[in-house]
Order: sequence, then C-alpha cells, then structure tokens
Amino acid sequence: MLVLDQIEQYMCPNCEYPIDGCECACPYCSDFAGACALGGLWTFGLREYYSSIKGPHSYFEVRVNSERIRSHVNNVNLLATFDAETLIRHADEVNPGGGIIYDPSFSAVEIDKVDTIETPAVLRIKARLAKQGLPATVAGILDEAKRRNVNLYPIPYNDIIAKTAAQIGEHQLSKVSRIINVLSVSVSLALLGFDLNYLDQSLGRTFGGKKKVIEMNEIGARMAYDFAKDLAKQPFPYQLRPAQNQSRLLLMGNEAVALGKIVGGCRVQTYYPITPAADESEFIESHENFDLLDGGEPGKKGSILVTQTEDEIAAITMATGAALTGVRAATSTSGPGFSLMVEGLGWAGMNEVPVVITQYSRGGPSTGQPTRHEQGDLKFVLSASHGEFPRIVLCSGDLEECFYDAIMIFNYAERYQMPAIHLIDKSLANSSATIPQLRSDMVPIQRGKLINSGHQSEGNGEYHRFAFSDDGVSPRAVLGLPGYRFWNSGDEHDTIGHIEEDPDNRIKMMTKRMTKLETAAHEIPEEEKFNFFRSTKKQADVTLVSWGSTKGPILDAMRMLEKEGIGVEFLQIRLASPFPTESVREKLAGAKLAIDIEQNYTGQMAAVIAEKTMIDISNKIVKFNGRPMSQDEIYEGVKQIISNPSQNRRVVLTHGA
Amino acid sequence: MVLRLSDLKTDVHNDWCPGCGDFGIEAGLKIALTELPIDINKLVLFSGIGCSGKIVHFTNASGIHTLHGRVLPFAQGAKLANPDLEVIAIGGDGDGLGIGVGHFVHAGRRNIDMTYIIHDNGVYGLTKGQASPTLHLGMQTKSLPMPNINTNVDPIMLALASGFTFIARTYAYNTKHLKETVKKAVEHKGFALVDILQPCPTYNDINTKEWYGGEDRIDAATKKPTPRPYELEGTGYDGRITPMMSEDDVEKKMSQIIEKSREWGDKIPIGVFYQNETIPTYEDRIKARIPSYLEVPPSGQQLAKPDGTSPVNLASLSKQLLFERLVLAQ
Repeated sequence: MLVLDQIEQYMCPNCEYPIDGCECACPYCSDFAGACALGGLWTFGLREYYSSIKGPHSYFEVRVNSERIRSHVNNVNLLATFDAETLIRHADEVNPGGGIIYDPSFSAVEIDKVDTIETPAVLRIKARLAKQGLPATVAGILDEAKRRNVNLYPIPYNDIIAKTAAQIGEHQLSKVSRIINVLSVSVSLALLGFDLNYLDQSLGRTFGGKKKVIEMNEIGARMAYDFAKDLAKQPFPYQLRPAQNQSRLLLMGNEAVALGKIVGGCRVQTYYPITPAADESEFIESHENFDLLDGGEPGKKGSILVTQTEDEIAAITMATGAALTGVRAATSTSGPGFSLMVEGLGWAGMNEVPVVITQYSRGGPSTGQPTRHEQGDLKFVLSASHGEFPRIVLCSGDLEECFYDAIMIFNYAERYQMPAIHLIDKSLANSSATIPQLRSDMVPIQRGKLINSGHQSEGNGEYHRFAFSDDGVSPRAVLGLPGYRFWNSGDEHDTIGHIEEDPDNRIKMMTKRMTKLETAAHEIPEEEKFNFFRSTKKQADVTLVSWGSTKGPILDAMRMLEKEGIGVEFLQIRLASPFPTESVREKLAGAKLAIDIEQNYTGQMAAVIAEKTMIDISNKIVKFNGRPMSQDEIYEGVKQIISNPSQNRRVVLTHGA
Repeated sequence: MVLRLSDLKTDVHNDWCPGCGDFGIEAGLKIALTELPIDINKLVLFSGIGCSGKIVHFTNASGIHTLHGRVLPFAQGAKLANPDLEVIAIGGDGDGLGIGVGHFVHAGRRNIDMTYIIHDNGVYGLTKGQASPTLHLGMQTKSLPMPNINTNVDPIMLALASGFTFIARTYAYNTKHLKETVKKAVEHKGFALVDILQPCPTYNDINTKEWYGGEDRIDAATKKPTPRPYELEGTGYDGRITPMMSEDDVEKKMSQIIEKSREWGDKIPIGVFYQNETIPTYEDRIKARIPSYLEVPPSGQQLAKPDGTSPVNLASLSKQLLFERLVLAQ
C-alpha cells in the first residue's frame, strides 16, 4: 500500500459544542485526529480559542503524516468550515491545490455583518478583497480562493441534517444539527480518500455507550461521505493512506503531565481553577482511583486526592502541608496563579519542603492572554520570592518530556529537598499529538534522604530536621513518624527548626540551603539537563538555542533546513535551575552562528545564558503574538538570519489567527 | 504513655510580654493535651505569624510555624494527606480574620476533622498594635493614632455562616474553662473553632485583664468585681444539633446561636455556641469517592515497587488515550 509522504493539514473551526467550558472540546475535531491515529498515522493538533465560553472564533488545526511530525505549519491543504466566520478568517491560508469545505448558503454573508471578527481584521480582509475588485462578502472570499486554484466543495449541511433526522425519525432538528461537525469531518475523509470506518470507530470511542448519538452521527457521516465522493469530480490532490504502526497514544500536554504525576507517585494535588492548567487536575480527579501493577499492592487500587482550593495561596500551602507528611504533593497553575503562590514558594524553600509546582505559562502580564501561548515566565519562576533560596526549574519540550519530567521532578524535589517547578506552557498544554506509548518503569522513584519508619532516631532521641551536612541535604523525617518530632519556621531557624537570629547560624543555614543546588548540579546527569540535536554535517552552520515547546517546530524546521544543505544543530535547555553552565558554554563556544529562539519579547533564556556563561547570543527569533511558532516560521526566520549573519538580528514572528 | 505537662515544655526562651494572654492559652492548651487521649507522635501544631505563632516553639510536639494568614491551608494539607494526625492550628485574630479570612471561610466549608484556635486580642501585637479585625468600631487602643474606622468581624457569626461544625469561645485567663473547651473541640468530629479572648497588656489598653475581670463593675452587695465573660454552660444553653432534631428545631437553634453571638460588652458569653456532628466531615466525603482513603491515605501509599519503579498500571490508566492500529477488512 502506498503511503503518501505528503503532509496534510486540516483545519476545522470549533463547533458550538463547548463541553468543557471555554476550551475547544469539540469531540469531532479530535475525531478527525482519532480516525487518522486509528489508521496508523502521526498527528499533531493545535487548538486556538478565545477566553470565552461560546461565541468568538476558535479553531483546531490537525497535521497528519506517515512520518512523525511535532508542529503545525503556516498554511493548510484542507479547510473544513461550518460557519461564515471561519471562511472569512482562514480561506487565504489554504494552499493552491487545496480545498475548502463550506455550506453554499454562506455566500451572501457580508463581512461587515459578522460581529465576532475584530474591526482591524475586518478592515484588513476588506482591503485585500477590494484590491482584487472582489465584493466584501463570503462570495468574494470564495472567488479569491478560486483564483488561487483552491478547490471549493459546497456541502448543503442542512439538507443532510434534515435527511438524517427523517431517517432516524427525529422531529426536533436542533437535536440533530449538532452532527454538522461530524459531517465536515466525514466530507474531509471522503475527499482525502480515507476509509469512513476509521471515523465510525473514532465516534464509538468518543460517545461510548450512547448508541442513539452514535447512530445519528454514523448515518449523517455516511450521507455526507457519499455526497462528497460524488461532488469531487477530480480526486482531491491530497490523499491519505493508512500506515503500519505500533499502538500510539493521542493526548494533550496536560494529560501527559497528569499521567506522569500519578505514575510518579503524586498522591495529593491541589489547584485553583485557571486556564490552561485546570484540565490537568480535572483529568487526575477523574482518575482518582487507579489500578496498580501486581508488584505493587495486589488487588488494591491506588488513589490520589485532588483538592480544589479557595485560591492559589491555599493551593501551594496546602500542597506544602501535605508534603510534610511524606506524601508526594503538587499543585498546578498558570502565571497569574503562580504570582499568588510566591510567598508559599519562599516558605517551602526556607523549610526545604519538596513540593512540586506545575506552571503552564500563558500570555502575560496580568490577565494577559489567558488562552494564548507565551514563554514569558522563565525569569519569573527562576527568581520569584524575596530572599534567596534554591529551587529546581525543569522545562519540558514536548508531550513525552511532559510525562517523564512530571515523574523526574518529584525525584529532584525529594533528593534535594526544595520546591521544584515544572515549567510548561499553553502550547504544550493544549496541543494534541500522537506519541509512542509511555513507560512507567523508565524513571525509577528516588526519594533521597527520606527517613523510613523502620529507622530509630539517632543520638539521645533529639532529631535535627536541618542538620548540617556536606551536601547540604539533611535526613528528612515526616510528620507523624514516631521518635522524630520536628519544627519548621519561615523565620531563619536552627538545626532543630526553632527561630534563631544568630549571625553565625544564618551564615551556616544559608550556605547549607544553597549548597543543595550545587549538589543537584553535580549529581543530575548532563543528559537530563539539556538535549543536543546534532547536524548531519560535521560542522553545523547554525546552532539554535531554545527551551520548552519550541522544540517541536525547531526539530521539524531543522529537517527542512538540513534537506537544503544547511547544517543545523539544536541545544534545547531543559534544566533552568540548576543551570548546566559548563555544557552550555562548551556548546556555544563551538558554534559558528548561534540563534536564540523563544516565545517571548526579550529572549529570557538568552539573558539567563548571558548571566551564567557571559556569552551573549545576539541573533534572536522571537514571537509574542500569543500563537505558537510554526515549523515554516522558524525555517524562514533562520534563513533570514543566515542570509546576513554579520548583523545582529532580531526576527519577530507574526503568524497565527 | 501518659503525657505530663513537663513533657510538653521546650528549652526555647519565651519572649511574650509579661502578663500576655498567650501564657494563659499556652497553659490551658497544654493541660488539655495532657488530659486528652492523644498520641504525642501523631500530634502536630501549626501556627501562623504573630505573637501567637511562636507557641509551637514553646511546645514539645511537632510544630510548623507557617506564614501570616496561611496556617489553615498548611494544616489542612497535612491532615488530608495523613488523616491519622491530630492537627491543631493556632493563629491570631489579625492572622486568621484579616489576611487569612478567605481560608477561614473555606475551611468551614470543608469541615475537616481538626481544631483551630484563635488568639483574639483585638490588635496586631507583633507589629506594635494596629487595629485587628475583631476590634470594635470607634475604639482607640493606645498605639492607634486615630480611633478604629472599621466595624469588627465576629468570628462566631462568620464561622457559623462558613459551615464550621463546632464553634466555641473561651477566655485566656479562665484556664479551667479554656482547657475544657479545647478538649471538646479536639474531640469534636469535624472542623472546630475556639475563639480565645485575651488581653494584650502592651497594646490593647481597653480590653484589658481588668476589663474582662470586671474591676470597673463592683457588685454593691459583695464588693467584688463582676467579670464580663460568663459561661454558657451555666445558663442551660445548649448549642448542639443532634441527628433526631426536626428541621424546625434546627432553625430555632440556629437563631439562638446568632442571638447569643450578638452579646458583647458587659456580658460576654463563653462556651460552646454550636456543635453539629450530623454534617459529614471532608474525610467522610472523600471516602465516599475514594473507598480506600482512610485505610491507605495519600501518605500511606507505596510509591515504588521493590525494584524502585512505579507500581501504577499505566496501561490501564491511559486506556482511553490509546489508539491501537485498526486493521480494516478490505
């Protein structure tokens, strides 16, 4: 069977089907990706949505390929719409030779009349059409697309809905009209030459036992599929074929983190609702009782307690209180929530409590862009709090890292007895992709100097929670352990934990705490601190430096650049604290041309690198419009800088709707 | 092992001002602890920031001196993770009813089985005497440049509105009443508040020991002072809600509690205003969802198999997210 190398990208507007509050929870969009996953293909999906529940435009982009892909691209080959707004906003993103699926009844809609499109966008689109002598209507948009050789596929959704209703004997059309989304997916699959059975299977998974809903969708889907087959006189230039594969997971970043936390032993999770972090806690809560392997406790279930708190201050302090009992405890938030958590972070630092904070950064400052993407919080999480204390900051780059890092960060937190921040972002939280199956035994559980209940207390029974040691780490007892009474205080304290303002003690305690960071830097293997992707060329022409979710589009862009003979290597920094100073210095010292790529205004990681290594990366590709970087943007940005490397360049990327 | 008062002493120098109500609270609390069937290994005191917060350092039981206003979330987190612990949270009125009042309200909604003691003296002692949320409108304690411009918050009413299931008030220098009230609070199944009125000899020159003692109110017959606090227990008042009570009776009882909480000035009721064990604790509510919660609580779970790897069955956990290649018959 022939497998096309051609990358397909498909875009479907978010239906008016907001199951999950403001986020696009359209099961139909995921059904397209699901159908492709069942057909053995790799998928990558990007969700963009407004901070509102219903109304403003949201959309979902899915990229499908027989080879692994890790990012989205600028333009799409197939645009599936079921409202006029999507057509108006996105028709110009369809590649020549691609297709647009739409309802012919939209044609008369005037662009001015769609009040959910922002005025600047309306003016932009109208000016574009006027230049070509086209009317400011959907018809004009469609004509423009036609002139660019885009295939148009008018689908009378309402007819198909009415026929479906008749066939199942449903008089209330509104009950059936919800299938419009599945109709557009079905039409897409027909055009792409993909077997409809994959969609049926995917629907079965989405709707579970709801037989009537499944039946309704399947009937409509079949009708739409056949209609589209008849409509397309010429085969659509892009065709999808199933591929051989191992079983894969199709999941989002916040689900990957949730799985990692449960596997990694997190047993208390606190949270206050915030976008885009809350999905993770909700996923955990819906899996609060889970199965153990036989080697665990046979026949018994494990459990994790999820508590919704009154605010983020309570979220971190409650998790910290829990951690004092020896439980692995975490909280999950976004930038604004983390701002509130800062005093709790300082207390955990002062009292050497291994509490984990998962921080999904989004557009800031203040409320910023709640549902949009940004990597603007790196320097904030590195330095948040008054005073000085050590912390772990680990930045994941993709969904697999989200999972494994969620386990690893508990090991770091417990081994070095300090708060640990798992820094992720909106792009990772909400992107969905197929990934190879995850393993629960890849990261062993390491609890550091935790005193087991079997131990007897040393000396004359007096336990010193903060006893001095060469590596700075003291044996850690937990609350309720017989023979190990201890004290904590946010005040500077002595080794027992009582308040102590003596200057000598202060020096020793500060040194003890800060030494732990050196211990961590020394003990954590270099391969856990960063990833380095080599060029196929012996000497790379360009060294890309980045962190976090830009990993996906950078790897995809690297492939494009390497194909053109440009040697590219990529340093992905994962551990921001303790920082892998020597390794980064070494990699950058050998770089012919270094480019810093970040999803923020100032290039925060470049600033950290400069602070640590004294190396200034003056070429930067940055983006701060709230939309994640695409493969194409990075490709173009790198080429732009290479074309004139003598100048220090700052390329600002702007793609995204 | 029977706990003696001397067992609860630490060597830490006590830096409270002479005559501080905190001493009375410390003494009453410690006596209560010796009279309760408590395993000292399971006892944890949590405190906030303020003069009251230091009490954990003066008490020989595990003590977590937390942040200003945050004692409740810290304490609740520990109790939820390990429900076997005996958790007592202690804070000041500024601490718990000012900066921490949000936590106060939500702790009531949860009804976790633990105790919360408030040192209530009407001032922020450790920052030199600013007005706390329990100071009444128009009062000008000695370090206030102007009279208090805010009305006071009533911990009893607020606790009732927030869902606390045990609400009591006592007085720092009535040691016997104090220790009995604390004992009842600790034994209560659910979230228990003990609001303890106390003088601050340094900054509150209005609600002084003499004022509480009624030294300005000499009984004409006995020539003795008439103390302001009076014990509810001695008046036949009963604030308990029992399982068999009709809805009407419950409503009547609630009105009675509100009425009692309004008393202030020359007659200040102390004692148990309200107790209701018919409301399920947070632990009970969790158990309804996580059946193994009390037997194998979060802190009691095995996190690694003997080989050091996770005991979690990931395949089962991620079943919904797994897409197995579907081979279609063609």
